[in-house]
Amino acid sequence: MIRVINALLAIIGGVGAALLLYYVLNKLVEMLPQKWEERIKPWVFAGVALAAIGLFLIYPAVRTIILSFANATSTAWVGLENYTDLLTSRDFQITLGNTLLWIAVVPAVTVALGLAVATLADRLGPRGEKLTKSAIFLPLAISGVGAATIWRFIYEARPAGEPQIGLLNAVWTALGFDPVAWLTVDTLRFNSFLLMVVVIWGQVGFSMVLLSAAVKGVPVDTLEAARIDGANERQIFFKVTVPQIWGTVITVFITVLITVLKAFDIVFVMTNGNFNTDIIAVRFFNELFRNGDNGRAAAIVVMLMLAVIPVVAYQVRHFRAEEAAR
Amino acid sequence: MTTTGTTPPPTPVPGEVQPRRATPRRREAGAPGAGQGAASPVVKIVLLLLCLLWLIPTIGIIVTSFRTPDAANTSGWWTVITSPLDFSQYTTANYREAWNGGMGNAFINSFAVVLPATVIPIMIAAFAAYAFTFMYFPGRDTLFVVVVALLVVPNQVALVPLLRLYTDTGLTGTYAAVYLAHIGFGMPLAIYILRNYMSTLPKAVIESAKIDGASHFKTFWKLIVPMSVPALASFAIFQFLWTWNDLLIALLYLGPGEREVVTVTVAGLVGQQNQGWQLLTAGAILSMIVPVAVFVSLQRYFVRGLTAGSVKG
Repeated sequence: MIRVINALLAIIGGVGAALLLYYVLNKLVEMLPQKWEERIKPWVFAGVALAAIGLFLIYPAVRTIILSFANATSTAWVGLENYTDLLTSRDFQITLGNTLLWIAVVPAVTVALGLAVATLADRLGPRGEKLTKSAIFLPLAISGVGAATIWRFIYEARPAGEPQIGLLNAVWTALGFDPVAWLTVDTLRFNSFLLMVVVIWGQVGFSMVLLSAAVKGVPVDTLEAARIDGANERQIFFKVTVPQIWGTVITVFITVLITVLKAFDIVFVMTNGNFNTDIIAVRFFNELFRNGDNGRAAAIVVMLMLAVIPVVAYQVRHFRAEEAAR
Repeated sequence: MTTTGTTPPPTPVPGEVQPRRATPRRREAGAPGAGQGAASPVVKIVLLLLCLLWLIPTIGIIVTSFRTPDAANTSGWWTVITSPLDFSQYTTANYREAWNGGMGNAFINSFAVVLPATVIPIMIAAFAAYAFTFMYFPGRDTLFVVVVALLVVPNQVALVPLLRLYTDTGLTGTYAAVYLAHIGFGMPLAIYILRNYMSTLPKAVIESAKIDGASHFKTFWKLIVPMSVPALASFAIFQFLWTWNDLLIALLYLGPGEREVVTVTVAGLVGQQNQGWQLLTAGAILSMIVPVAVFVSLQRYFVRGLTAGSVKG
């Protein structure tokens, strides 16, 4: 009970203090000569938010880069040792390889499935469309931990002869095979694919909603014109619809790509990176938390930063183009 | 920005610029073409199978959470279909046990983290978004580009130095450690959503308020905040879902123990499976109830927020 009260106090205190701060600063600035008032006031309005971004994102990011050149306890410089150690260890190479596999598979599949559902459900009646979308959309509200629990239950294995309580093994043994501990099968990275299924299951709803809005926004004239010219449905889809929603496709792709790069909880809960399923975000957590190695954890994050630079560049370029068109 | 999981507040990437068309005609209900009602039986069957595939995993744990330990761990949950009226296999004891065994405590902890993490950044970001939209200051556009860039930067970049900072200041293991981090990490998304929304508000209203002698402070409170409620709601939902479902930050800065949040409790239950699936599934469902309820009841705002950032027109 006390904790709830504390939480409420934190909210009231936090909001109240911030309000008071804004109010007082605003009053102070209004006492300045007009010229100065106009100069300083924007910083009063934007200042707290910018300070929060500086303190919680910019400053730590810079510190992270610096720490990546220091040892585990950040007490001595080690040059590039963290990077060379990581990149030459077989372990970490597998981690990187898995991450690349995730990047190659998950965003593309999520976009394709989302687009398929959006396009097909568009042909149903309004009620059917709504129900279909709700079913696909719901996992978006489920946490990574919850999704991991749900799917571990699907992949659960019991020794041969006992009744299987995991759905996959129940089907598998019904077909006459021996039960398999699916998450330990790393042939051709099979278990990594099983983990990707969980992320895709969660993300397709997001992809579907955005793409559905885009598909419905395609002007009918263009579809009709193509139809009059004798195009079949497949041609209309790939040659008329897809080019017009390409911007949204890229948006969804990038968002899922970032989600994959950061993906932590599903792999952490389901395998903790064992059986050759490790990915970069889980490895980061284990270096930092289990091994207490600040240097290596920071080096992993710097590699992550390098990986997102092209995405950031794309993001900024398109933001500028959009602003210019406003 | 965000870190992990199946429920990211989406990283809004500015949509590609759509070529301006002369009043494009949108499809209306019942319009011809690949529109409504044109589904062939094959399409219907494919969609039905897909829906089942999407729902069955969740149904599985819901059913299991209501079964007795014996039933849950020795037979598949789908066997209830053959004897659905055999009530001896059902129980609500799992929920009671999960709740008393730590979920109840974790619920309070989650609220203690999530409420401040959701409410506090809204106002801070609203002020900033106002400045970015309606005020002119040197460096404004550059700063906003930084905000846009930060939308796609994983917040892992901040975790190592913050852990050290929290250790030095004694904040590690407090609720504040977690919600302060969430406030900072959520800020770029909040500013971005709100600024995009505010820039669509009619400029004339603001201009006339200025002519009437209203200060920025007054314009902000009396005009802009009330008009921005949909955008504020969108962000609040994202931030609520994201902070409630977060595992990484809660695990790092609050950890397992007296103050663990629901996701940490469930992750712990997964680790000690000798207690059986009926307990784990009940715990997992308890952890999902709040976000799913928020999500279902406020889906309208959520979808609007999703589409606003990326789909124009």
